[in-house]
Amino acid sequence: MSEEFTVEKVMDLKGLPCPMPVVKVSKGIKEVEVGQVIEAHSTDPGSLTDFPAWARTSGNEILKTEEDGDVIKFFIKRTA
Amino acid sequence: MTSIVQEAKETVSNSEEKEPLTMENVEKQLAELKSRIEVLDKKSTDPKVSMIVFSGDLDKVLASFVIATGSVAMGMEVVMFFTFWGTPVLRDKNKSVGGKDTMGKMFGKMLPKGTGAVKLSQMNMGGMGTAMMKSLMKKKNVASLEQMLEMAEELDVKIYVCEMSMDLMGFKREEMIDYNGLEFCGVAKFLEEANNSRIQLFI
Repeated sequence: MSEEFTVEKVMDLKGLPCPMPVVKVSKGIKEVEVGQVIEAHSTDPGSLTDFPAWARTSGNEILKTEEDGDVIKFFIKRTA
Repeated sequence: MTSIVQEAKETVSNSEEKEPLTMENVEKQLAELKSRIEVLDKKSTDPKVSMIVFSGDLDKVLASFVIATGSVAMGMEVVMFFTFWGTPVLRDKNKSVGGKDTMGKMFGKMLPKGTGAVKLSQMNMGGMGTAMMKSLMKKKNVASLEQMLEMAEELDVKIYVCEMSMDLMGFKREEMIDYNGLEFCGVAKFLEEANNSRIQLFI
């Protein structure tokens, strides 16, 4: 995806197991405006399926997912 | 649900009966459909999860709170009903009340007093298993039951306690935890909530 965006906020969710990553990210995304993007770092392998499921249900959009060693980086646009 | 769909289909097919395709007819059909959709909207359920927490086991109560907090994250409303063995989990370990009869005192002594005293449903091994699980949870950063309860309160998870279980086991309202919005209820309240929920769980 070559879409350009600016990250408004970075959330460190490393070391947190289920359900904390989605609970925190759902709170954190409400702290930015609709249309803005946050970057969330998780080390919970379950996040790879959980974040997209969370985004679909809550109506937000995952623009990009990157894996950097054990760290999974999600770029999420607040659309709801 | 099938009957609702059928009703809706009938309404649509009825309104299509051999009427000439004039602007007026189309408008009439549209109005009918709109009112029909309004009725369906009212009948549809909210994005809500209703849970019965029947178990008083550490593992099952923990799972209940994981689902509860996760549901709020997903944008859903959550209502938890604590009944039977789940009831003592919500007792406050620092509160004690007098005026109980012998049976009430006995139940009070034998059942866990609050989140800190609940045991695993399996591998408890006289408390050793539970202690090991708790230390493992801490090591792996898994939220404790106390933290889960705190988080649930922060996320506006609604908690109801079964009045009948309280009465049966001799628990008094004054010995329950301070939880914002904690209420006492009977089966009708659960059924009302469950009826309006998309997800209903019995744990």
